[in-house]
Amino acid sequence: MERGVQLTIDGRSIEAAVDETILDAARRYGIFIPTLCFLERTTAVGACRVCVVEVAGSRNLVASCCMPVSPGMVVRTDTEKVRAAQRMIVELLWASGDHNCLTCERNGSCALQDLVYFFRIEKPRFEIQPPGYPVEKTNTMIQRDLNKCVLCGRCVRACNEIQVNEVLDFFMRGSHAKVGPAFDADYIDSSCVFCGECAEACPVGAITMKKARFGGRPWETRTVRTTCAYCGVGCQMDLSIHEGKIVSVKGGGKDTPPNRGSLCVKGRFGMDFIGHPSRLKTPLVRRTKGGKLEEAGWEEALDLIASKFKAVREARGPDGIAGLSSARCTNEENYLFQKFMRAGIGTNNVDHCARL
Amino acid sequence: MTNSIGEIEFSDLILATGTNTTENHPVIGAAVKRAVRRNNGKLIVIDPRKIDLVRYADLWLRQKPGTDVAVLNGLMNVIIGESLHDAAYVAARTEGFDALKAVTAKYTPERVEEISGVPADDLRKAARMYAAAGRASILYAMGITQHISGTNNVKSIANLAMLCGNVGIEGGGVNPLRGQNNVQGACDMGGLPNVFPGYRPVEDAGARAFFEEAWGKALPGKQGLTVVEITKGALEGTVKALYIMGENPLLSDPDLSHVEEALKQLDFLVVQDIFPTETAQFADVVLPSASFAEKDGTFTNTERRVQRVRKAVEPPGTARQDWKILSDLLNRMGVPARYGSAGDIMEEIRRVTPSYRGITYGRLERGSLQWPCPNEEHPGTAYLHRDRFTRGLGLFHAVEYTPPAELPDGEYPLILSTGRVLYHYHTGTMTRLSSGSMERVPESLVEIHPADAERLKVEDGRPVTVTSRRGSVTAKARVTEKSPRGTVFMNFHFAEAAVNRLTHPSLDPVGKIPGFKVCAVRVEAARDAGPETSIGGRAGTGVLSTEAASSVRGGGNT
Ligand code: SF4
Ligand code: SF4
Ligand code: SF4
Repeated sequence: MERGVQLTIDGRSIEAAVDETILDAARRYGIFIPTLCFLERTTAVGACRVCVVEVAGSRNLVASCCMPVSPGMVVRTDTEKVRAAQRMIVELLWASGDHNCLTCERNGSCALQDLVYFFRIEKPRFEIQPPGYPVEKTNTMIQRDLNKCVLCGRCVRACNEIQVNEVLDFFMRGSHAKVGPAFDADYIDSSCVFCGECAEACPVGAITMKKARFGGRPWETRTVRTTCAYCGVGCQMDLSIHEGKIVSVKGGGKDTPPNRGSLCVKGRFGMDFIGHPSRLKTPLVRRTKGGKLEEAGWEEALDLIASKFKAVREARGPDGIAGLSSARCTNEENYLFQKFMRAGIGTNNVDHCARL
Repeated sequence: MTNSIGEIEFSDLILATGTNTTENHPVIGAAVKRAVRRNNGKLIVIDPRKIDLVRYADLWLRQKPGTDVAVLNGLMNVIIGESLHDAAYVAARTEGFDALKAVTAKYTPERVEEISGVPADDLRKAARMYAAAGRASILYAMGITQHISGTNNVKSIANLAMLCGNVGIEGGGVNPLRGQNNVQGACDMGGLPNVFPGYRPVEDAGARAFFEEAWGKALPGKQGLTVVEITKGALEGTVKALYIMGENPLLSDPDLSHVEEALKQLDFLVVQDIFPTETAQFADVVLPSASFAEKDGTFTNTERRVQRVRKAVEPPGTARQDWKILSDLLNRMGVPARYGSAGDIMEEIRRVTPSYRGITYGRLERGSLQWPCPNEEHPGTAYLHRDRFTRGLGLFHAVEYTPPAELPDGEYPLILSTGRVLYHYHTGTMTRLSSGSMERVPESLVEIHPADAERLKVEDGRPVTVTSRRGSVTAKARVTEKSPRGTVFMNFHFAEAAVNRLTHPSLDPVGKIPGFKVCAVRVEAARDAGPETSIGGRAGTGVLSTEAASSVRGGGNT
């Protein structure tokens, strides 16, 4: 990064790169500026004005997410004027929606809740007037409750600029601005591909993962970073685990390759198979040719396999046996499988279905 | 991939061919779209189908299925003819240019138009655009490899990339997108009949001696059988026992009825899987294994990136991680296997696989690594062939166009092409249990062009029967201009309309990949049967004695 711009933030002298904003520079130095509409990797729009700061010589407060640094700039992030403006915005946002944390899935992981807490707001000065939209429940993956929407536009930018699915936009409906697919359609009736990027981008409980609903709250769940089992992109994902079950899937790590926090519908919503009742739970053995497959213990099953393989090898040589390894198993398992065929059986008859 | 996923969105030009990227590799698809929309990259799509990426493309070449080599040769014909190639790169880093020039000289844009249907002027435009780009990346997938000419298709792609100096640079490359998540790793680990881990040929005595030493057993030096040859062997009675781990060839193989017959011929079949699949119904022993969320290990993605898989939940019942099952079986077959964890196996892999030598679980905790990673200080390799190719100079393989094995005729007048859809994966065993995927795509559809539909009196949403020389299936029609005239498209995720009852088992002579993408069929409006009666593929679902089999079916429909 090209450095070289000297400025002062909250009395600290700071060196920033020419193309950085005040917010970038402050964050790098660990100086806290609250944000709401800011979303990394997308256009900074400065729409919510929660990130305002005072810049010496400038009459108005400036949105730090959009303002580039300049040499000699003197910035204050925590003056009376700044805090009063921010507080006003937060109170307005609170009052304009149905922010009932009791039943909200984002309780404990909500940017608006954090801001209310940070500004120590007991109650908004304004009358609470939620718009009264119906909650969208027409699919099993993503739930939208636009009564909680703070119109930050993060979902719109996530959909258009990160996933480039170009489904979401702002439009007016009556006196209210609204976000959503064209013609105010439900997701399921739109060109939405259910990547879930918008739900992860939403800072509040307006767009949430439906299956995670009542599935365990943020502080009760455990997170395990792993690799998606579907396609060859190998997305990093964070599985949220509650009481031994996967309750939701998040993109793993905003800066982590290869997917930088993005997922597709399969990785995001395709995990129902893991806890599905139809999973095989016990070995099955066909004890007589033409008979039924019956439940068996591991010892019986493994002994039978070994003795049959030995018998076939005896009768037909090792090449009478073949194995199909799996492009869905791990490296370790594939390694052992071919070792089993080559060293254990004595044949190179091992392949997998990847050619298919 | 020679290059990395992260480079794609900063390429000056992306040529996507035979990859429906936004559906099959959606997160890479997003990177391609960002390159176009946010970074002013150019995009050329070469695909018979009007895939989603076409919306983002500067140029779309719609070739007839199976004519890829002709199109690629045509592009090179223009580039060489107009001296647009990177002559310095060709001179310094490659050989075989003269032969390439001689062959491609025959593929004038006009001749290519005749073969492929791509207008000569579009071909010229695409050639100039590709050659003019600073860093150009070529992406391809099954649409290129699943042809009997698959190996030649891939060679042609490499020719084009080298011709313009696009191999060995950041943002360029020849980038195959692997279908299943660990295809790369399965190959790296020697899950192939001709090579040991690290791609060392089984016929190489030195390699054999090395692995005999490592594993303490004498090893065979004759190449083994490929998937399709194994099926053939079973039919002919030379293969008597088969061990299948985590695959469902009964849906994924070409010419299904054949495979079913083959499995029945076996004396002994072991299937190790997480579900009672179609294939498991023929097994003598079924072993329940753990899903990826229930195991530790690593996967290697399409850009050679080795990443950890971590156990998050317990497997159901007594199901076990595959590596534990394999350890038990190795011990029973007299090969001592004392692995306490997946990490212990990785230690052995590192010892015998030079490109993985520097990869340890300790390092992977801090971040993934791309092979080749020859030692523990090595940072991994983001793109290959920077200074030299594996063999030294890059070799141009001049290849000629050969028509597909089965072309449409009077009796079977349409081309059938197969593939995947966004919401499902492979044979559907996993995604069909996901309510979301089933909400979006609950059944197989036959995509057919409106002109063909009208001629055949096929209506959107009504059942049609698709028949090839090998069999026939029924599914609902989707009348759409996505497929070109004369071509129908089906996915292979659904047993009820198992498209591989239709496909042609002819193989690419080198890669041994079936020519899934092209076979000849006829389509008729089915008697109004409704979707229920078309379910025929799950024959024998009741064979399993557990409650499982029936709930697969139920589960799939919820
Ligand atoms: S789920 Fe993805 S495609 Fe659908 S609206 Fe959200 S970001 Fe856009
Ligand atoms: S739905 Fe969420 S992300 Fe979208 S504008 Fe509303 S609050 Fe912001
Ligand atoms: S989340 Fe989607 S794109 Fe990513 S690896 Fe999984 S299937 Fe592939």
